[in-house]
Amino acid sequence: MNNRVVITGLGVVAPNGTGIAAFSEAIKKGISGIRYDEQLAALKFSCQIAGKPDVPESLQQQYFEELELKQLSSSGIIYGVIAGMQAWADAGLAIAPETPDWDSGTIFGAGTSGVDKFRESVYKVDELQVRRLGSTAVTQTMTSGISAFLGGKLGLGNQVTTNSSACTTGAESVLMAYERIKYGHAKRILAGSTSDSGPYIWGGFDAMKVSTFKFNERPEAASRPMSATASGIVPGSGAGALVLESLDSALERGATIYAEVLGGNINSGGQRNGGSMTAPNPVAVQRCITAALQQAGVQAADIDLINGHLTATGKDAEEIANWCTALQRNGKNFPYINALKSMVGHCLSASGSIELVAVALQLKEGFVSPNINCEDLHPDIQALVDRERIPEQLLYKDINLAAKASFGFGDVNACIILQKYLQS
Amino acid sequence: MDKETFIEQLREIVRPYAKNQEALATINTSTDFINDLKINSANLVDVVLDVEEKYDIVIQNEEMERMLNVQAALDIVEAKLNEK
Repeated sequence: MNNRVVITGLGVVAPNGTGIAAFSEAIKKGISGIRYDEQLAALKFSCQIAGKPDVPESLQQQYFEELELKQLSSSGIIYGVIAGMQAWADAGLAIAPETPDWDSGTIFGAGTSGVDKFRESVYKVDELQVRRLGSTAVTQTMTSGISAFLGGKLGLGNQVTTNSSACTTGAESVLMAYERIKYGHAKRILAGSTSDSGPYIWGGFDAMKVSTFKFNERPEAASRPMSATASGIVPGSGAGALVLESLDSALERGATIYAEVLGGNINSGGQRNGGSMTAPNPVAVQRCITAALQQAGVQAADIDLINGHLTATGKDAEEIANWCTALQRNGKNFPYINALKSMVGHCLSASGSIELVAVALQLKEGFVSPNINCEDLHPDIQALVDRERIPEQLLYKDINLAAKASFGFGDVNACIILQKYLQS
Repeated sequence: MDKETFIEQLREIVRPYAKNQEALATINTSTDFINDLKINSANLVDVVLDVEEKYDIVIQNEEMERMLNVQAALDIVEAKLNEK
């Protein structure tokens, strides 16, 4: 089996837009979703800003039963279910009635699940109130909570699982879904990932001083990938979802196709050669990119757009250098590159999928979303790539091939190649 | 507390969990939580917690096991309230 695989549905819950229409408009206009966060300030965080999606009660009621909402305190499950079900509907797919849809599954990643519910539960256990945990402490805090919720709501009868690989989670879910369809084990997989919001998720990053503490008064200017004044990540949250489907199935259904997934690669730097728990081994990053191109059967010279990992730490210049080496391209010859994190912050385990939703939209509609907050390009990046390749304004431009990479703690990497699909 | 008042209060407690709203409308002492109201068995512990909260009582594991219908709930709650 060697099925071609395409993207036929998108859903997103991002700090700068919930739903594809709002998100698409936001990324074209360069709208930041970063806000001052009073809770973080009250808890004496160094970084008192964050990217938190807007999910009003009325929206939640469209996707959850009253009873579910009564008990739900897992923000990641709320974001993931909304994004996932939006993607399913966007693909024109129905919710399975009595019989499960044996050909459809979900691989929906998460870094952790229901940290707020977990906190409530820990307090109750320590207060000798284990019997008062209620019936959903397990389902909200098991890492696979999000895929379990989606599987039940949609009636999925194929593989229903959650992958977890830090900030590569979202990209990894899409590649795992791609492989499952390519080899004929499923016709459709709802791929994506989610990340909880709030102090109990972001606290560890604050403690490591990887979150910026220099922009509490200017939230929208805080997330500065590729900038000389980049000073750390802005913690974000949300979910991105993509329906991956065999080309045959998509054509048979007459579905709208956003893009084709040509292939990709996942690897690890083994925490060797400069790689560590928190830093990537550059050789592994370069190998991941070149292997992705090879697997997709495309030439480095043909890549039109890179959507980087680019987190707004001091590591951005190293990432650019790795792209230059892997693609053997630099200066004016470098592809266009953008960093969605400039608008939404670092959505952690959700980052890869939210960014892939952005890439699919750019391929479908033919645009390059602007990079905000890099007016003062880092000199090490300026030395490698022509300024014009890092657009600060929206560009309407036909994009044929895009490469998306994500890197995560544990020295893990993923790179995916997407191509515009010309629909007759 | 009279039986009618209890059933009325219990109806409100189980309302969010009951999948069969018709059975909820005609709830009576012989109504079974799972078979009639179609409450998911996992949610029975939530019903018990909500009953405990409403009447400020503690229901033991063995009592919880047999609290499967309105009559059993009534018996258990009445006994607990009388102990107070």
